[in-house]
Amino acid sequence: MKVKATASPYLLWMALFIIIPLGLVAYFSVTDRLGNFSLENYRASLAYSPVIFNSIWLAIIATVICLILAYPLAYNFSRKSANHQRTLILLIMLPMWMNFLLRTYAWMTLLENNGLINRFFGLFGLGPFEMINTSGAVVLGMVYNYLPFMILPLYSVMTKIDHSLIEAAQDLGCNSIQVLKNVIIPLSMPGVTTGVTMVFVPAVSTFVISRMLGGGSNMLIGDLIEMQFLGNAYNPNLGSALSMVLMVIILICMALTNMFEGVEEKEGMLL
Amino acid sequence: MKQNFRLFFCWAAITVILLSSTLTPAYAFEPKDQNYYERFQGKGISISVYNWGEYICNGGDGLMNVNEEFTKLTDIKVNYTNYATNEELYAKMKSGGSNYDVIFPSDYMIARMMKENMLAPLNHENIPNASYINPLFHDNSYDPGNVYSIPYTWGTVVIIYNKNKIKEPIESWQVLWDERYKNEILMFSNSRDAFGIALKALGYSLNSEDPKELREATDLLKEQKPFVQSYVMDQIFDKMEANEAMIAPYYAGDAISMMESNEDLAVAFPKEGTNLFVDAVCIPANSDNQEAAEMYINFLNEPKVAADNIEYIGYSSPNLAAFDLLDEEIQNNEIIYPSMEILEQSEQFINLSDETNLRMDQLWTEVLASKGSFLSWGFAPVVTILALFATKNWMKYNRRKKRKRMVDE
Repeated sequence: MKVKATASPYLLWMALFIIIPLGLVAYFSVTDRLGNFSLENYRASLAYSPVIFNSIWLAIIATVICLILAYPLAYNFSRKSANHQRTLILLIMLPMWMNFLLRTYAWMTLLENNGLINRFFGLFGLGPFEMINTSGAVVLGMVYNYLPFMILPLYSVMTKIDHSLIEAAQDLGCNSIQVLKNVIIPLSMPGVTTGVTMVFVPAVSTFVISRMLGGGSNMLIGDLIEMQFLGNAYNPNLGSALSMVLMVIILICMALTNMFEGVEEKEGMLL
Repeated sequence: MKQNFRLFFCWAAITVILLSSTLTPAYAFEPKDQNYYERFQGKGISISVYNWGEYICNGGDGLMNVNEEFTKLTDIKVNYTNYATNEELYAKMKSGGSNYDVIFPSDYMIARMMKENMLAPLNHENIPNASYINPLFHDNSYDPGNVYSIPYTWGTVVIIYNKNKIKEPIESWQVLWDERYKNEILMFSNSRDAFGIALKALGYSLNSEDPKELREATDLLKEQKPFVQSYVMDQIFDKMEANEAMIAPYYAGDAISMMESNEDLAVAFPKEGTNLFVDAVCIPANSDNQEAAEMYINFLNEPKVAADNIEYIGYSSPNLAAFDLLDEEIQNNEIIYPSMEILEQSEQFINLSDETNLRMDQLWTEVLASKGSFLSWGFAPVVTILALFATKNWMKYNRRKKRKRMVDE
């Protein structure tokens, strides 16, 4: 009872600012402009499936790249001395002290045709390479901005892996690949799923990155939703339906990753 | 202690006074009709003004701080806030919650707001200075007779290009479809302006609601896409000034400020005609202080105020008395005040039907999504991988469960 009483402000907060708005979005998505019930919005959002798949695709690529980059890095960090770890984690966090928009804007200056990178290559008579306004630039922006969200959960899980377990595996004759496969990966799985969720969810719904680095021609679902609310047509109903679709996609993806985690937990329990 | 505090206060006050007197030269604005402005003195009225960013003179450069002067003159407080797009203004007003007394929507947005009864008809007796408005802007297609709005600024959409790189004269919107300028072209990222250009290039009206014409414009825009470097709005300043792109359509007033920072830029008016846009002052229907708001609008149309404002904003003024106060150089600037010939060819936006707005947004998404359409090739592999992944885990999960049950038993 005591717990419930202290939790009530949070419950109220959640009801006011999460449940009710969510309900409103759901309500808007199944009504038309005049407030009548209609599934027209969902039918209309089907027409935007290329955009939706494009955003999922780019988000998946970005997540995979983040994972590949972050995994060895996090492992490396976790095996360093405590002092080193603190410095390295500080270095990872450092860029995040700067505003997200500013960081993305800086990439624009770097990637432009007359930007710093192309000017550097120009010194050697190379280029200019077309870097900005491509889907590659959008993925780069996602990886750059969300990489810390992958590193941090992985790192915090890996610091908990006891080094004696790894040594034990080695003593029992595992080569390094087997150690990785049988000890480190299974034990770091919770970090992987958290990291994947924390990168994938913001990446799939971003709209600033695609606008700044994609030159407006790599439209993502975030842009599309923003357009419904602040665009020419002003169609909050369609926008809500698209948000619901996005929410379902994210839920499915989270269920997939959770399933993965579930398997490992069961495995751990059995052992 | 108390003494100290008082002394400190004294010094602070003196410093502030000194500073303010050096920074903003004392400005004594005296309108023709002082009595008119004194009606609300001492009544503690305040009005909320919702305007575009950097769209009112805020002092400096020997110009007046319009809002401060207004408060000084009338004793009406001004709560001044900014928005970035017409759509943001519309969404804010539509969602309710905020009450504004003076807003500055553009032409098509005024028409939409009029249709949805969001604006209050103006009492022109309270706005005598409206008589300064150029007769050219008396019968705007969005609001004939200026019943709901008083024009604030106007301008045209022009082609801005780098004259060092493009030597030949530019006559037509077709230049934005020229393959030679591949990846050097910037284009509007807002659907209305982009479609306006495509429709004009096809020789149609930029207010076309005909699905067939819109389809043609979509195809034209898709054709243009491979040549377009990026779809932008305000980023155009950076890109044109840094020679990142060669050619772009944009608003004439902004073209002037770009030309100030990059001397290689020039401006052309396409022969097919262009968009003549008007930003006007309106009063929302739910305003509580309509008379005070009308006084504000009247103040904005005082020749000196309007002249300072337009000097600050850099767009064109519909206020003839203000025009007369401007430098001759600006008055004769063909880009800001183009010839009648060009104006006659140009067209104003009006509000489109909901249906057309929706269609236009859909078509615009089609244009923007056309290159990266991953559906054509990537859908099948991704779904297969995801499905394999899911089934594998599901089977694994089931197997474990079964085994666990066996162990339990």
